[in-house]
This record gives sequence, C-alpha cells and structure tokens, in this order.
Amino acid sequence: MKKIYYVIGGLLGATLLYMGCNQAAGPNTSGALASSAAEKVYVAPGEQDEFYAFLSGGYSGNLTVYGLPSGRMFKEIPVFSQFPTSGYGYSEETKPMLNTSFGFVPWDDLHHPDISQTNGELDGRWVFVNGNNTPRIARISLETFETEEIIEIPNSAGNHSSAFITENTEYVIAGTRFAVPVPQRDMPIDQYKGNFKGALSFISVDPETGRLDLKFQVLMPGFNYDLSHPGRGKSHGWHFFSTYNTEEANTLMEVNSSQNDKDFIAAINWQKIEEYVNNGGGEKMATNYAHNVYSHETHTGTSTMKKEVVTVDPTKVPDAVFFLPTPKSPHGCDVDPSGEYIIGSGKLSADLTVHSFTKMLAAIEGKKFDGEAYGIPILSFDDVMAGIVKSGGLGPLHTEFDARGNAYTTFFISSEVVKWRLETWDVVDRKPTFYSVGHLMIPGGNSRKPFGKYVVAMNKITKDRYLPTGPEMEHSAQIYDISGEKMELIYDFPTHGEPHYAAGCPAELLASKSKKIYRLDENKHPYAVTNPSEARVERNGNEVHVYMSTIRSHFTPDNIEGVKVGDKVYFHITNHEQDFDVPHGFSIIGQNTSELLIMPGQTKTSVWEPKQVGVWPFYCTDFCSALHQEMQGYVRVSPANSNIDLSWSLGGE
Amino acid sequence: MMIGSALLLGLFVFPLWNIELGAPQYPEPLGLNIHIDGLQGQSEFDIQNIDGLNHYIGMKTLPKPEDMWEFTVFPIVIGGMAAIGILIGLLGFVDKLGPSWFFGWFVVMTILGILGMYDFNAWMVDYGTNLDPNAIMKLQNPDGTPMSYKPPLLGHKKMLNFDAYSYPRLGAYLMFIGMCLTLFAGYIGGKTSTKRTKSLTKNMATT
Repeated sequence: MKKIYYVIGGLLGATLLYMGCNQAAGPNTSGALASSAAEKVYVAPGEQDEFYAFLSGGYSGNLTVYGLPSGRMFKEIPVFSQFPTSGYGYSEETKPMLNTSFGFVPWDDLHHPDISQTNGELDGRWVFVNGNNTPRIARISLETFETEEIIEIPNSAGNHSSAFITENTEYVIAGTRFAVPVPQRDMPIDQYKGNFKGALSFISVDPETGRLDLKFQVLMPGFNYDLSHPGRGKSHGWHFFSTYNTEEANTLMEVNSSQNDKDFIAAINWQKIEEYVNNGGGEKMATNYAHNVYSHETHTGTSTMKKEVVTVDPTKVPDAVFFLPTPKSPHGCDVDPSGEYIIGSGKLSADLTVHSFTKMLAAIEGKKFDGEAYGIPILSFDDVMAGIVKSGGLGPLHTEFDARGNAYTTFFISSEVVKWRLETWDVVDRKPTFYSVGHLMIPGGNSRKPFGKYVVAMNKITKDRYLPTGPEMEHSAQIYDISGEKMELIYDFPTHGEPHYAAGCPAELLASKSKKIYRLDENKHPYAVTNPSEARVERNGNEVHVYMSTIRSHFTPDNIEGVKVGDKVYFHITNHEQDFDVPHGFSIIGQNTSELLIMPGQTKTSVWEPKQVGVWPFYCTDFCSALHQEMQGYVRVSPANSNIDLSWSLGGE
Repeated sequence: MMIGSALLLGLFVFPLWNIELGAPQYPEPLGLNIHIDGLQGQSEFDIQNIDGLNHYIGMKTLPKPEDMWEFTVFPIVIGGMAAIGILIGLLGFVDKLGPSWFFGWFVVMTILGILGMYDFNAWMVDYGTNLDPNAIMKLQNPDGTPMSYKPPLLGHKKMLNFDAYSYPRLGAYLMFIGMCLTLFAGYIGGKTSTKRTKSLTKNMATT
C-alpha cells in the first residue's frame, strides 16, 4: 500500500514542492504561539490526561494506548502478535489465542480500532480491532485492557474494511479487501473477473459478554472492499463500504484498477439481511475457521474450530444492497454524526463526494438506477450526491467530525488536514501534517457524539521530525487543537508500529473501572496454587508440572531436584500478590519461549525443556521489591537415566 | 443515660481506631481499622499487604481475632457496660436509682477506657519492637539501638518511607459522645432530683 503511495507521490512533482514548504513552516512555529501550545499539551507530573487514545499498531500487530493531549504512551496491548514483554503468545495459556485455520499465526497487521457504542455513543466496554493479513477480528476488554477474543474470518483476504461496529454494538463488520475464490479452490488467476467474490462478514456481539459469533456473510461481486462505516441515527441499520478495482483487474493493479472514473460505495441494509437470515434465508457453506476465547477466571485461552458459515447472495434479498457511484477509487467512507452524509474520499482526486442518505432512500424508492453490476442496482450519481467538497488538496483519505457541523479530512498527497463545513461544503481551514497523513482521529469522531477538542493526525512518513535513528523510524503523529475556528498544531509525537485508524474516548469513561488486580479467590486455573502450602512438583512420564507461587520476594518452591534431560517442565506460576501494580516475572536459562509477566492473582505457564545436565537458575524479571534481586531459585537437571526422586523446597522445608 | 450507653453499641459496627500508612509508592495509603473484635483492612487486601511489607523488617503478622484475648474480652466488656448503663438509665427514669449511679458508671467506663488504651499501646510497643532476629532489614537509630516500628498512639509519625497516622474512628467518637451524654444525664438528674427533694421538703414543711 505504502509503495503505491510512494509511486504516486513520486509522479506528482507538485507534492515535493508542497512538502518543501511544510518543512520550512515546521521550525518557524515559535514565540507566543508555541508557548500557548505548550500549555495546551502540558499535563503536569502527577496529573492525568483528558482522553484515552487507542492507536492501531499496523504491522506491529498490537494496539497502543496513549493519553491526549500529552501524547504519552501508557501501554501496548498484545493482540495478534507474540509479545515477550508479557509472554502473550508464548505462555501455554495464550498460545491458543493465535490459532487459525492456517495453524499458529504469531503476527498480523492491525488497522482499525472501534470502541463499543450504545445508542450511537461510546460506552467504553470493549474495543474491536481487525487483523488484516490472516483475516481476524479481536475484542479487547476495556476493564483489563487485554485481548479476550479473536475470531477468524473465512472466505476473506485482506480484512481491511473492518472492524467497525453498529451503533448498539449489534455487529462488528468485517469486509474483504482482496476478492478471492469462494470457497477457495485451485483456478487460474486470470479468471478472477466474474469468478472471485468479496465477502462482507457480520459478526454478532453478545450484549452481555461481548462474545462474537459469525452470523452471516454477504458474497458480493469481486471488487475490493476498502473501508467502511456504519450508518447511525436515521441511517442505522445500513452499512457503507467503499470499493476500488471495480474493473476486477488481477495484475498491475495500480494502473488497471484505476481506469474507471467512478467506483462504488456499497450500501448494505444489514437489518434486512439479518431478517432474511433469521427467517432461514442464506446458504450454509462448509468452511473452517478458529474462534479463540480467553477467560479471566481460568486465565486461559481456548481455541475452537468452526466448520460452517451462512452465506447470503445479495441479489436474493430484495432492496438490501445498492451501489452509489463515487469518483476515483474511494478510500475512506465516513458517516457524519447525524447519519445523513456519507463521505467518499476519491483518493486519486482533489475532491470529496458527499452522498445524502435521504436522497439515497428517495432514489431507491423512485428506482433512479443507472444500470446494475452483477444484479445489484447502481443508483444514479446525481440523485444520491449531496455535494462536492472542492478541497484544493490532493489525495483525500479519511474524514472525522466534531459536534459543531465541521468535518476534518486528511489529504495524503498534499499532506494536510482540511476543515470544512457540512451542508455548505466550504473549506474553512487547512493545516499541514508532517508528513503524508493517513487516518485522523477525534475522540468519538465516529459516533453520534464526538468530543471535538483535539484531532490526532497519524502520518506515514517521518523524515526529519525527530532525532534520526537510521533508515527505520517510528511514524509520527500530530495533535491539533480544534476547539477554535482555526486548527492549531500543538504537539508532535512518535507512535509505535504503523498506526492506521485510532479510537479515543474521555478518560472518565474508562479510568474508574480499570481493573487493579485479579482476585486470587476467583482464580480457576487448573494448575493454580492459591496457598503456598499447595506448591509442589509432579511427574507424569517425562512431563514435570511445577505448581509454583510467588510473593515478595520469593518463589515457592525455589529449589527443585529430580528433573532430567529430556523432560518437558511446565512452570505453572501463580502470583499471590493482591496489591495494585505488583507483577512478578519468571525466566529460566535456556527458555525457548519468553519470560512470563504474571499479574497479581494470575496464573501463567511456561514450558522449559532442559537439554543439559547442571544446576540452572531461574529468577523474577520484574523489579518487584527491595529484595527483587534475591527472588531466584535453582533447578537441578540430572542425566536422562538418573533415578533421583523429585523433591522441592523453600528455606530447606 | 440510656441513649448514651446505647451509643457504645456502635462499636460493634464501626471501627474504634484507624492506622493509615502512606508512602510515595502508596498514593492510596494502606490502612488498618481496629474494631473491638478484630482488625480489618481499610481496603480489602490491606492486611495481607501490610503483613507483606512488615516481613522485611521482621514484624509479626497482624493478629487474627483468636490470637488476642482482647478481641474476645472487649466485646463482652463493651456489651456489658452498655447493658448495665441502659439498666441504670431505665431504673433512673423510674426514680429507683439516683444520679450517683450515673456518675459511677461514667467513672468505671473511663477507667476501662484508659486501661483499654494502655493495653492497645502495650500491644503496639510489642508489635513494633519485638522483631524477628533474622529480619531481612535490621535498621538502627543513630545511637545504635534497634529501630522501633511502633505506630503512634495518636497523631503522625514518620517511619522509614512511611507516614503513619493513628486516629480514632466513628466507633470511638460514638463512645465519647455516649459517655458525655451519660455525664450530662447525671448532671441533669442531679439537678432535678435536688429540686424534687427541695420541693418535697417544702411540702412536708407546709403540711
């Protein structure tokens, strides 16, 4: 993706000129303005931020948590990637979370977080994210800030127009960017056109538990479903997807899929399709996908393979699916807080196309069609279009909103954020970004109730913004104060991985309910020890299970003998602390996985396969206390044929 | 008198005393509520966490109700005194007992209170100075004597990284108000009975 943009960027000489101007403008912001900007972002030591921001980590596979306006990073939440910091994806309990129909996939490309909503407003229960590469959707708890569930999406490839939630969190919606044969089969690539499909998946969310269930997939023509957003308010019940490659090219896509003057925004009435499915509509298709659920009671993830999915042919459901012609390979597809306007950002053009939901309904009613594609009616452009924003920029990508009737659109090629008015379509302000901005985020900017105080612009190119760190640099983000008529750049901070979209919410929505410890008396892990007196070592063939507990500042037991070369030693470690922010770590020499970081009340397991005779130390990796350095122990490993009995002790007892 | 002594019963519900331990890394201080029948953490896991910290300096773990006779005897004494006080008040109300009984109850209660405080202080001295000789950290005062970790009986004391605060809580305040009420009742009772005696004498004189 980035490469394509580089090429585009390279072709457009004007861009370079523009960037040159920006570079000059950067260091010049000083004096009175800079001091007021400093005051705006300064969160004094001991003070806390106003907003949480969840920035996708892109190819890091994880989600990062920041504070606004300070730009301070609080946490990296492991989602799709193994994370040695905590042992996620390495511990026995979390390995199942990364299971897929392709086996263990320890990485993904995380793009779009979306916070759960009730009545179109952020409710702060969960944040949903997509894995783009091996199509997956994850649900992260906003009490524990941990990944609780990952569901794989069959029949999809390049899970990009995801994970967007409907306004009561009825569904998480996940669309495929790459059309593929459905079901997958061996066939010539050049027979793509007319044969490949684009699956749009509707994953229901249990209102109490948040549990995900792949309810149905709409098998659309083989276009590329790029981004999407839910209808809200009056357009609740609809979902809008931008598309490109309506040409259905299968090679040299940058040229061949840029030929049509207009691609489409697909409008899907999911409530109609849901009703159709509830009444027995759709076809059951045999498939195979993983559904992984983590329990905070057993502190363990379980992976289940699902074998069936309901697919829906959109032409079989009357009045459920329409195409809205939208110029120039639209990328962003954003819906304003009222639900009336659907903004398509033709990424190869200068202008934004705004469709009207009311006009769309009237056009459907009046059958104002301009042909069809694979049996799906194409609505007449002039009958659905509400306005064109003559932006003066180039390469519009994404739009967010404040609650005052303003929209803010990023322009990748001209590297700027443009503020414009809904309904008059007038541009009121523009500010440069540094450089080549992708998504932007206003807390609640994708809901009925935006908190329009700051906008965060997330850029693809860093260049000279920070001290150089060799060829590879973190991406940069900018914070603008948008409370006034003109936007004001107030801060610049590096991010982790490659942030695409982000989601933000007021701090008070989450801070008070954030969990401090896991209760030991609620620990249902089968290998937990809730009292140090239960600590023990058991042998089962060549498997050795160590039931170990930790408290400041010792392991129980800390001397273990009777382990032999060739054994598979499971260290099941329960942290007996019930005090906020007192984790213990565990590592042992020659561990082929990673350390563990065990939160108070939690149990985690690391497998160790000793290969050499000797006396091998283990220790706590988290500086837990004044006696942290002493938090250590030994395992004696004897030859495979020795007959030393298992024994264990602490303080000689 | 009855209300006053009944207020003692508040001690069965509310803590008598509280010791709070704050430190830089404990922005939310750890706390100990002392009830007449045992100790409770100010937050659910505070006792476990105080014990966890105290093991570094060799302090004994905080006593459970069965570890100290006080937690059995105090409720009996308080319950008993409340019952006796109510009885005295009732009999006083129907003029069977004079206000001297009220004052007597107050004096006994005050002595018991002082004994209780003395005992509480003695326990803290033992707890704060009777340390495990194999303690992880053995700290000394500048004069070379072993450092004491006895919390203050009342007020604030700095102990290593901790600020200890020791103050009475609602149960103690109720007891204090109750005792004042009994004193007040004795005073009022004394006045009215003197008046009554006077008028009685007057009547007798006129007849």
